[in-house]
Amino acid sequence: MAGLDAIPERKVRRIEGRYRNPVGKYKVWRSNACKVCGKCIEVCPCGVHVKPEGYSRFLPPRDDLCQGFKCKEIGRFCPDHCPAGALRVELSPIYESLGDYRWTADLILSTWRMAETGQAPDGDLEYKIGASGGGFDRIRFRFPETAPQVDGNEISTAIELNRRKDDERPRVQIDIPVYGGGMSFGSVSPITMLSRARACAAWNTFTCTGEGGYPERLIPFKDYIITQVATGLFGVREETIQRARVVEFKYAQGAKPGLGGHLLGDKVTPAVAAMRETVTGTALFSPFPFHSVYSVEDHKKHVDWIKQINPPALIAVKVSTPVDVDMVAVGSYYAGAHIIHLDGSYGGTGAAPDIAKKNIAMPIEYAIPRVHAFLQSEGIRDEVTLIASGGIRTAYDAAKAIALGADGVVIGTTELVALGCVRCGNCESGRGCARGIATTDDKLVSKMTLPWATQRLVNLFNAWHEQFVDILRRFGMTSITELRGRTDLLMHLDYEDQPEK
Amino acid sequence: MISGGTSYLFPLLHYGLACILSATRKSEEAATVPKKYHVPVKSAPPKFRRIGKYGIIDRREDCSACHNCVKRECIYDCYKEEDDRLRKVDGYVDYLYECKSCLSCVQSCTKGLLSRKVNPEFEALGDDFWTPDIISRTWYQAETGKIPVSGAGYGGPFVGPGFDSMWTDMSEIVRPTRDGIHGREYISTSVDIGRKLSNLSFDENGELRETPPPLIEIPVPVVFDTLHELEVPESVVLASASAAKRLGNLCVIRSADLTASFGPFTKAIVPLADETLRPEDPWLKKVRLVEIEDGENVTESIGAIKKSHPSLVIAVRVRFGRGSAQRVLQLTKQGVEVIHLYADQTGQEWEETSSRHISRVTREVHLALVEERIRDEVTLIASGGIAMAEHMAKEIICGADLVGIDMSIPIALECRVCGSCKTGLACPVGLDGIDRDYATQRLMNLIGAWRSQLLEVLGAMGIRDVRRLRGEVGRAMFFEDLERESFGPIFGHRKTEAEVSVTA
Repeated sequence: MAGLDAIPERKVRRIEGRYRNPVGKYKVWRSNACKVCGKCIEVCPCGVHVKPEGYSRFLPPRDDLCQGFKCKEIGRFCPDHCPAGALRVELSPIYESLGDYRWTADLILSTWRMAETGQAPDGDLEYKIGASGGGFDRIRFRFPETAPQVDGNEISTAIELNRRKDDERPRVQIDIPVYGGGMSFGSVSPITMLSRARACAAWNTFTCTGEGGYPERLIPFKDYIITQVATGLFGVREETIQRARVVEFKYAQGAKPGLGGHLLGDKVTPAVAAMRETVTGTALFSPFPFHSVYSVEDHKKHVDWIKQINPPALIAVKVSTPVDVDMVAVGSYYAGAHIIHLDGSYGGTGAAPDIAKKNIAMPIEYAIPRVHAFLQSEGIRDEVTLIASGGIRTAYDAAKAIALGADGVVIGTTELVALGCVRCGNCESGRGCARGIATTDDKLVSKMTLPWATQRLVNLFNAWHEQFVDILRRFGMTSITELRGRTDLLMHLDYEDQPEK
Repeated sequence: MISGGTSYLFPLLHYGLACILSATRKSEEAATVPKKYHVPVKSAPPKFRRIGKYGIIDRREDCSACHNCVKRECIYDCYKEEDDRLRKVDGYVDYLYECKSCLSCVQSCTKGLLSRKVNPEFEALGDDFWTPDIISRTWYQAETGKIPVSGAGYGGPFVGPGFDSMWTDMSEIVRPTRDGIHGREYISTSVDIGRKLSNLSFDENGELRETPPPLIEIPVPVVFDTLHELEVPESVVLASASAAKRLGNLCVIRSADLTASFGPFTKAIVPLADETLRPEDPWLKKVRLVEIEDGENVTESIGAIKKSHPSLVIAVRVRFGRGSAQRVLQLTKQGVEVIHLYADQTGQEWEETSSRHISRVTREVHLALVEERIRDEVTLIASGGIAMAEHMAKEIICGADLVGIDMSIPIALECRVCGSCKTGLACPVGLDGIDRDYATQRLMNLIGAWRSQLLEVLGAMGIRDVRRLRGEVGRAMFFEDLERESFGPIFGHRKTEAEVSVTA
């Protein structure tokens, strides 16, 4: 398996979904009236109709490629052209039942498309915003009509993670302003974990082990892996800390702020138990909070501890978004952190009480400008890297978060959607994820292969990178760091046009 | 926003204070550890078929009965008994209702015969306020007594009306949290109903000068209230009374409805009468709390009853409305010890035009009492539109001491909010003949699940006693405040809600 230990190429390859019947926005029906004349193949601009050489009949239509009624505008709507009247196109009933306010069917399908093709979808899928009616979904960029001409190749989307001036630790740089959030061994499958690590290595960014140990198969990619120290300290050892270039303290998780972690007994397989040094089949609780941290001073003691064990490591502090999130951020900086990672309340999770997901702590959109402004007023904004997460679904969400004041973002759910997640929300029950993503059940895990999963994520990052470059190009910027805090480039649809300064 | 900002500007000081407080609390605890309250939840599966959100459409006529049928692969075994069930004449296809919507079978069927749809029966449940989602979650909690837990992040709208426009706070680093849900720390959810003295005075012998007024302590801050807009059968009211008794809780029942069958549950019963209630009423001797509808002579009635029943706590029932704050102040100053404010079933005050949500009115009432420095002289019970555990927590943050639930009672007993009963049709789930023990358990499960969720929220906030949550708006975030504070400096003025809804 040497090939799988090597860092994969940063190259887009078209890769289909792993299910026999792909889901699209439209459903194409072909009736028995079809005379197999082949007119539809000529007409269709998207390759929906397929009849391989030597076949006497068509294969089932590729619904997922269909652009639907958009074809009417260009006069290539296949039902209009079929001489036998055998074709019918309608909105797919699955599409109508897919998604929710935050992750609309369009967002799920377009993320699948990005993972397939490495590019933003070109049909009528809305791939920039969801339908939650607030926050990112109501914020838009004010693109200028003309901008200075910038060559796309000169545009950099890289950010630096260590910006402290009082610190000799390495200046770690990542090539896209995005890295992966913590997903523990146990909550997701080894293939999910490894594919994330490989794709992040290809894109020179990071993924995070979450709280559940550091599987040995990840070691070849150790330069691209953040390891997490969370309240349960599961699988945390000196060597796992020493292996990482960035060590993350998880104080809270946006989806369940103020509550501990919970891995249900079913998911604690022998492998998971061994990694976490616990008993098979016994539910594992991570307490909330760190019972050794009740002040910023205690927190500093923690940071110092890691800094001693791993002298070149950067320290990230992941906190949620309480009323006084700005205070927490400043306190973390003074305790010695390099990265302040804010996790907003609409973030993802493998299992959380519904009451917590909706009601505790504030959405990330509110927290970013607060913290950004507070760090500025303290005069330390340029010495700390501010990372936002918790509801960053699209490249546009990420760019808006940066314009609101973050340096970069962390994503999680988007990666899982790229791997085929339908957001059914059953990650926690029984054997775990039916789609083989968030499970440790051997049979379910085998539904996905490592090369497939890696390529999907490499493609996704490429699609995001292209969108970042496009946004910067339209603003005439050459680096994503220029976009940070440029709230003047944003507008909110629910506000009067002229902001009062 | 009124926030506890000052204390957090000095985390060290605050921490020090917290240490001292927790130290003193610990020494007290050693002496009197409160008896741990526990709701005995037990599975109570529904008697009628579930109504799930998703259904699978199966175009069987084209099925080639191949040997690698995806139905066998369903990890939830939804199709396991399909054949048996279909063969039964009266068999309904339950598996349609149990679909967990992973799309695996739909996407894998060799001939692509399966499709998915949102169940129209599910969508038709309830109304705009009692949404299918609230109803099905209430069912789940009444069945299992467990907290609804799921994977993946929140999928709902960014913000919504009423309680959906506020978030509760949490603790982080600089403030200690509490771990109530796993039982490592005891968080109290008890509340007291009655007047609390603002100070005690002693005579020269060291004896109290006045007898403290009677107080009723209940273990959860939620009581069963009477329904205003729906006539429920006596069986349901009896089940509520029985559940209230087992929970050590209370159940408000119109005194006209009180028959001899309620005899076993007297300790849990709160008769609701109008101001013609006489001190001779036989129920007054047996119950702990009585509610009287607000009226011109309500304080005189109370005075008369108090004379013959000094240990009885008497509440006045007042409608939520524009004059609520004024009326509450007035009654409190006249010595009323408990006021039960009630809204309509959707949590709106009783006003024809521009009616406000109870969260707003409660804040107004609470603040009015605080400003007059008489907040502790009265206990506020709020009801109407309390549909989920989070509403209970949020309403208490807005200033109520405890809440009452109404529509949730029949829903916990499988009511489909179909409205048949209002038109005189038979209840499709037979609420009038419901088994008492079963119904009692379902209601206890609901309260058990709500209490656990309250513990989660309190634990996250680092609050160990729900009494301290009352009026703690500093531990909540309100949509309009967050928009103004975070987005105001960036985007300027937010359009009015009317303008927003036009553009949305």
